[in-house]
Formats: sequence, C-alpha cells, structure tokens
Amino acid sequence: MAWVNAIIQGVLTGGLYALFACGLSLMFGVMKVVNLAHGDLAVVAGYIAIGIITVTHVPVLWSVVIVVPVMAVLGYALQRTLIQSALDRSVLITLIVTFGLSVVIENGLLQFFTANSRAIGTGLSLVSGSFTIGSQIQIGYLLVVIFAVAVVVLLGLQYFLSRSRYGRLIRAVADDQEAAQLAGADYRHVFGIAAALAFGTVGLAGIAYGMYSQLSPTTGTDTILLFAFAAVVIGGLGSLWGTLLGGVVLGVAQQIGAQINISDEVLAGYLVFLAVLVLRPQGLIYRRTQS
Amino acid sequence: MSLATDITTTPAAGFRVARSRRNVAWTGAAALIVVVVLAFFPYIVYAGTTTILVQAFIVLTMASMWNLLAGYAGLVSVGQQAFVGLGAYFVLILAINGASPFAALPVAAIGCGVVALPLWWLVSRLRSGYFAIATWVLAATIMLIIERFSSIGGGTGMPLPGFTGMDPTLLTAYTYWAGLAVTVLTLVVIYLLLRSRLGLVLTAIRDDEVAARSSGARVGLARMLVFLVAGAGCGAAGALLAISQLQVQPSAVFSVQWTAEMAFATIIGGLGTIEGPIIGTAVYMVLQQTLSSYNAWYLIILGLVAIGVALFARRGLWGLVDEHLNVRLFPVGYWLRLDTDRPAGRAGRARLARASKLTTPPADQSPKQ
Repeated sequence: MAWVNAIIQGVLTGGLYALFACGLSLMFGVMKVVNLAHGDLAVVAGYIAIGIITVTHVPVLWSVVIVVPVMAVLGYALQRTLIQSALDRSVLITLIVTFGLSVVIENGLLQFFTANSRAIGTGLSLVSGSFTIGSQIQIGYLLVVIFAVAVVVLLGLQYFLSRSRYGRLIRAVADDQEAAQLAGADYRHVFGIAAALAFGTVGLAGIAYGMYSQLSPTTGTDTILLFAFAAVVIGGLGSLWGTLLGGVVLGVAQQIGAQINISDEVLAGYLVFLAVLVLRPQGLIYRRTQS
Repeated sequence: MSLATDITTTPAAGFRVARSRRNVAWTGAAALIVVVVLAFFPYIVYAGTTTILVQAFIVLTMASMWNLLAGYAGLVSVGQQAFVGLGAYFVLILAINGASPFAALPVAAIGCGVVALPLWWLVSRLRSGYFAIATWVLAATIMLIIERFSSIGGGTGMPLPGFTGMDPTLLTAYTYWAGLAVTVLTLVVIYLLLRSRLGLVLTAIRDDEVAARSSGARVGLARMLVFLVAGAGCGAAGALLAISQLQVQPSAVFSVQWTAEMAFATIIGGLGTIEGPIIGTAVYMVLQQTLSSYNAWYLIILGLVAIGVALFARRGLWGLVDEHLNVRLFPVGYWLRLDTDRPAGRAGRARLARASKLTTPPADQSPKQ
C-alpha cells in the first residue's frame, strides 16, 4: 500500500514539476533560449507573493492574480531588452547572460532576504488539509489543486498556441523566423509575448512551490531549474504534454526513491533522468518542433 | 596535409608567415622571470599574501579551463563544479588512505580526466543550452552520490588528514608552490594545445563551427578532448582547494559558485584568448578582496559586469587591449606579413596586420537581424 501511495504522490508532484517545466520548454521551443535564470525568477515570483500577502493581507490566492501579470510584464520587458540583445549576438552570449542573471538574482535574494526559507499561506486549510483513501493513502488538497492547475495551464497553452492569432504568430516565428518576418510579423514582439506567457507560468510555479514546500534563494537553481530541466528531457524536448509526462515520471521516481531511503528522493529522480538520457535521448514523447 | 603545414611550407611570394609580429623570446623570457619571482614569494611576502594568491591560482586554473570549453570548443558547461568537487574528494580519499595530499594532487587531476570520459558520453547528446543544464544536473547527481558515503564525511564533509604535525609556515609555502605549479602547467598545456593541430581545429570551431565541420575538422573529437582536459584541470583546482582549505565539504566544493566564478572571470577578461582569464582573474581577485566584507555583493557585481561585458564588449578587457595595442602574450595564431611593403604609419600597419591575420576574433554565431 505504501508503494501505491508513493506512486500517487509522485504523479501529483509531477503536476508541480510540469508547471516548473512548461515555461522553460516554451522559451526553448519558440526562441531557442535556455533560460538559466528560470528557477530564480520563480523564486522571485514567490517572494513577491509573500511580500504582497504580508503587506496588504490579501487572501493567498489573490496574490496569484497580481503576481502572474507582474511576471508576464517582467517577461516581456526582459525579453525585449536583455534576452533579445543577447540573442542578436549568439547562443553562447544568451547562455552567459541568463547564467549571469541567475547568479545575480540568487545572490541578490541572499543579500536582501537572507538564506532563510519562507513558505506561502501556511495558515490556509487548502495547504494543510488532506483526504484519505483507505487507511494508508493520504492525499493533500494542495497537490490535487496544483496538478489540476498544471493540466489547465497546459490545455490553455495548447489552445492558445493552436487557435489564437498570437498563437499562430508564435508558431510561425518558431518555425521560420525569417519567413514570418517577411510575412509581416514583428518577431521581437512575438518573442516578447511568448516570454510573457512563459514567465506567467513561472510565476504560478513559484507560488505553487512556495505553498507546497518552502522557498529560499537557492531553491531556484537546485530544485526548480534542475527539476524542470529533468522533466523536459525525460518528456521530450519541445513537447508541451511531454513536460507533464516527464514531470510525472520524475515525481514517481523521486517518491519511489524516498520510499526506499528517505535521503535518496532527489538522487532517484536524477538517475531516472540519466537513464532516459542514455536509453532514449530524444525523450519519451518525441516531436521535432513545438506546435 | 594539414592546414598548418600547408601554410608554413608554401607562403606566397613576398609574404612571410609568423607566429607573432614581435620576437617571442622576449615574452618568453619575461614570463620566465615572472614565474621565478612568483616562486620566491614565500620567502619575501607575508603568508596572508600567498594565501590570497593560492585563491587566485585556483580561479585562474578554473577560468582557463572554462575558457577552453566555452571560448574555443563552444561548450558552455555550468557543471564544472563536478570536477572541482571530484578533485577535492580524490585528495580526501587518498589522504585518508595515507597518501600525502600533495602527492594526491596529480592523481586527482588525472582521475578527474578519466571520469570526464563517461560523463562526456552522457552530456554530449545534448546541445548548447541543454548541455549547460545537463552538466549542472550531473554535478548535483555526483554530489548526492558522494554524500551517501559516510566514510568520507557523508553530507557534512570532513577535515583533510595528512598534515598533522606539519609546520604551518611550511604548509602555506608548499600549498603556494603547488598552486603555482598547477597554474603554470595549466597555461603551458593550454598554450601548447592551442598551437597544435587540435588548437587549429578549436580556433576554427570558435570562429565558425559549420565552416569547421565542412572543412573536415573532427569537431566531436576535439570537443571531447577539451572536455577531458577541462575535467582534469578543474580537478587539479579542486584538489588545490581541498589542500588550501584543509577540509572538504560537499555543498561547498560542489557549489555552482565555482562555475560562476570561472565563467565571469573568463568573460570579463576576454573569451577565446589565453590572456583573457588572466586579466579576468585579476579583476575577480580585486573585486573579491575589496568587497569581501559585503557577503554576496562581489558575486552580484561580478555577474552584472559579466553581463555588461558579454553584451557590449564581447571580447572582454583583453579584447580592448588587443584592439588598441595589437599585442599577444601567447602567440597561438598565424600572421601573414608583407616582407618589404610598409604601409604609411603605425595605424596602417596595424590595420594590415589585423586584416591579414588568419585567426579572426570570435564571430557571431547568428547573423544580426
């Protein structure tokens, strides 16, 4: 029964990891940018939420309504300035700039907010509440909600990319930047929109992790970025639903690892990641382009 | 016939091919004098100074290796701390088993070079950005595996044995000499490597990967060799770190901060030149020493400066020096010079030399829109 419980918990945390991963996957799919500051930006979003809640005392869930648009605007702005000018130079420069950003954000958070861990909305019944199935399986409401949010976000992204005007533009620019430009698309603006979408999901990811666990300045890299990346690689590069599958596989691997030895949770996830890298480097779901 | 022999054996009439525009013997002699003077430092300066210099040696060794990876082979690794940590642990394990940590240093470097081979096999499947994060995940994985072994300190680490009863002054001096030896060896190896055929391939990859591939350069093999050398070099730096700190702690030696430091020092100094990491390390040490009382500030400032340099002065500080003075401390390229013709003025000569230089500065990988 303990194993069934581990698998159920793993599947549900997979939703959280998919939330981490979809922004990373989207930015790579559209702009070919691997944003090494991805996780640190999620922590920033979480810290903004904590700040908003402490100052204005709004209900926890209302902070989402503020943080996600703020992150989207930040994403558009960052893409149009820093990331775009790095992209204009080379892939190498883009990596260096986002890595620099990651280190600056992480150490900035450390400097101004100390290394202490912070959690979001600990008093909320949603965070602490759970329901039980049988005698051994206990499922937290929060994880179910996060999983549902992840599915809704992925469905929304899918719908947006395939149906809306901007979605078509994003796909066009991702497929062939020059051809799209010749057809009249301002690719910089389209990149900005894609970055805004990605950063919106980053905001959700930061808040979700802050409620599920605790945020500290180093969470951004050692948890969010690396787990997001592992989920992306396991699921398959450039596939949106692959990130959910990758997240679920990573989550299940971690929970089973924790079941064997509590300190092996993270290691088990990485070992599965390495196994996928060796046996199926294209990921479980293989698609050439993001569409 | 390789390109190198092609050029050196059949120069066009009236042209001459040289490694450098000036006599290299002077630079060589100057370098030798610097090394000899540095070797006498333990006799003439305070122990505090040599301790700081050991830190500089560690950063310079790591930065030179990162420069080889990113600046020449086009491999942005964010996981070089894997080798720093492994180097430190190699020394620790050998010291626990009775070896002298100084004797363990070269073993650690070679060990890291060997370990780099299977790791390369894993990460070489991924390109650019994904390669970067994959190396990072590898470093995290290796740390988690090492933390499982309680006999080498588990998650908390342990002090480095093997120095009990040793005179601290002597230990500081030995550590300094070991650091100097590692750094000089690193620079010599990189210099010779870049002058070899492999160096020609690497310079070609640096300038234009597609063109290098289509000219028959074995890009994959060259990259693998660089990854192995960089693994060994960062391992040596990690071994030095263990010896100078006298303790090994997993979260400290496997910290991504090492990669941040080596990357920022390289970028600020100048990516894709041997001189760059040296200048960058100097800038790094000055910043670190002046801001050491302000905790994380030196990394924040270093990161911001690195972003600025990457965007606005892509060839770094050494690039600026090179642009204005047109000098090279380590001549690894080829110069094509006219024998008799002397274009008017200094600037004209410099321009001619630059135009005819066979190795160009790093080119954009993507065309400007």
